[in-house]
Amino acid sequence: MSGNVPVDPETLARVYRSLRLIRRTEEEIARIYPSDKIKSPVHLSIGQESVSVGVCDVLDADDVISATYRGHAAYLAKGGDLNRMMAELYGKGTGCAAGKAGSMHLIDMGANVLGMSAVVGTTIPVAAGYAFALGREGKGRIAASFFGDGATEEGVFSETLNFASLHKLPILFVCENNGFAIHSPTSNRWATERLCERVRTYGIEAKELPDDDVFAIREAAGHAAQAIRGGSGPQFIECKTYRWREHVGPGEDYDDGYRTRDELEAWQARDQVAATGAMLDLAERQAIDDEVEGLIAEAVDFAEQSPWPEPEELYSHVFAD
Amino acid sequence: MSSPTDSSKTGKGRVISYVEALQEAVSQEMDRDQGVFVIGLNVDDHKAIQGTTHGLIDKFGPGRVIDTPLSEDAITGIAIGAAMAGMRPIHVHIRMDFLLLCMNQLINMGAKAHYMYGGQVKVPLVMRSIIGKSWGQGAQHSQGLHAMFMHVPGLKVVAPTNAHDAKGCLIAAIRDNNPVVFVEHRILYSTDAPVPEDPYTVDFGKARVVGDGDDITLVGISYMLVECLRARKLLAEAGISAAVIDPVSLLPLDVDTIARSVEQTERLLVVDNAWVTCGAGAEIVAAVCERRQGASPLAVGRMGYAPTTCPTTPALEKGFYPNAATIASKAHSMVRPGEPEWAPAAEPTLAHEAVFRGPF
Repeated sequence: MSGNVPVDPETLARVYRSLRLIRRTEEEIARIYPSDKIKSPVHLSIGQESVSVGVCDVLDADDVISATYRGHAAYLAKGGDLNRMMAELYGKGTGCAAGKAGSMHLIDMGANVLGMSAVVGTTIPVAAGYAFALGREGKGRIAASFFGDGATEEGVFSETLNFASLHKLPILFVCENNGFAIHSPTSNRWATERLCERVRTYGIEAKELPDDDVFAIREAAGHAAQAIRGGSGPQFIECKTYRWREHVGPGEDYDDGYRTRDELEAWQARDQVAATGAMLDLAERQAIDDEVEGLIAEAVDFAEQSPWPEPEELYSHVFAD
Repeated sequence: MSSPTDSSKTGKGRVISYVEALQEAVSQEMDRDQGVFVIGLNVDDHKAIQGTTHGLIDKFGPGRVIDTPLSEDAITGIAIGAAMAGMRPIHVHIRMDFLLLCMNQLINMGAKAHYMYGGQVKVPLVMRSIIGKSWGQGAQHSQGLHAMFMHVPGLKVVAPTNAHDAKGCLIAAIRDNNPVVFVEHRILYSTDAPVPEDPYTVDFGKARVVGDGDDITLVGISYMLVECLRARKLLAEAGISAAVIDPVSLLPLDVDTIARSVEQTERLLVVDNAWVTCGAGAEIVAAVCERRQGASPLAVGRMGYAPTTCPTTPALEKGFYPNAATIASKAHSMVRPGEPEWAPAAEPTLAHEAVFRGPF
């Protein structure tokens, strides 16, 4: 990242705070994980935070997002409640889904975070359907759908692009291309790398971002969101990024043979948390860091102190009243 | 067909067809609630899903009567998303077989969303689906897949067998805050029944006793209810009194009403418009047996599709489905097990089957 700060000071501080909150929350989850207090498969976003933060920073509070099982970043970036997220990971009754979601199905409708899903690609049409309703509502709200590179291989992705474009749905599609479907590289899965070209054939404007620069993502998302609010119909951005940790779990997996530490280090050299932090003056950065640590400590405490759900909760919410 | 609805329930004597009842239900609900919309391939065309969506496009426009690409997976998800946002989509499928293309969204998202998201969202979604029969519907236009959906918590499954229940169940399904798999049968489309003009609901989870009897309880699912009623007449000629029950809704299932009848008859024969193995009949028989815990001897039987793929040729198809004669014969063998097999002669073609001409 260049030494020039590309945004106003408030935006810089807000973006850094969001990046830092996600990074530190997930590092804390990884720290706690070996204790077995979190009995939920965690898919950490560490390294990928800038996609969620860059996009969510340009969304309004009443815009809606959906994301994937690797969804801590999107949940927090959109303003999802941290205490209830941590309690959810702990399986406590105060969790955002009362302990029925775990890490993979986070939701906070109060912050317009639509539920996430463990089955790849499933949230894409659901977000489009929500966008359909937002379009009918006519208040200018939009939806943003986050998904990985693997999801673009599912038939439902193409089906949804077609329908969304046909009906000019107010939705921003955001592909977090981290290069792997679990351990399978895109070179094993894609006949060509030209994802944006594929998307454009549906009449959807698509922008490819070469790296995880949070301000470049923010700028692209801002333009896209503005176009959508102006009636363009769906827009698409592909953000190249990198998952630093293993697919699922708290650790690293660079000894497993499917990727190299050199690859990681190239991405770590441009770590967006560190880079944005370095743009702040030390005192301001320290204040944000302290605040973030306080929030995380409070969330962990909230989760630890919260009660388990009552046994009869097993049977609540099978059917809606 | 004889209407299983008594006059006190149906009110006025206006008689309309199953098709007209479905159309009227949707039209009235779309009038009532701007959030109700119809989505599916060809819902807006001149054939109007065999008439069931007739006129809706003219009345409500393409914004609420939405033709779709052949993208069942995505359209199901889009309907689920719209439902989460507070709308009430009716997703229409010209044959139930196409619901298999919706399974991922319906099972992994629709059925589970309210539960796995801790009650933060609801999915008021109706999946209309039509089971086909005859004129060569064959392997992929004839399947009754309701048991697959009964298996999954979070879905409701209803299979109305007459015009009165078609309207009442469809209105109830639209107003329900859960995904409802709505099972229609093509052969029932031309049947008539007294149907009130005003909107009304038929409650899920309440079976209907459509014929009293002391010797055996016949439970007929979907179109097989009609065959059970015909079997009842044949059995009466042989001096056997059969009760006939229409479950109307399969999930929730009214076990009480069936068990109450079985208390009297001590014989239960479930005839499903689907395969027998792991089917709705298995569920109904098991539920009744569990309820009774051997309180008295109970003879049970299940009938349904032959354990084969549905053939197209009439020469083979006639052996694929239970009919009034085979049902009556089976019931007779349960009531009078010591007697020789009885194979009554029955009209091979039903009045409303004769009305149904192909191709679709």
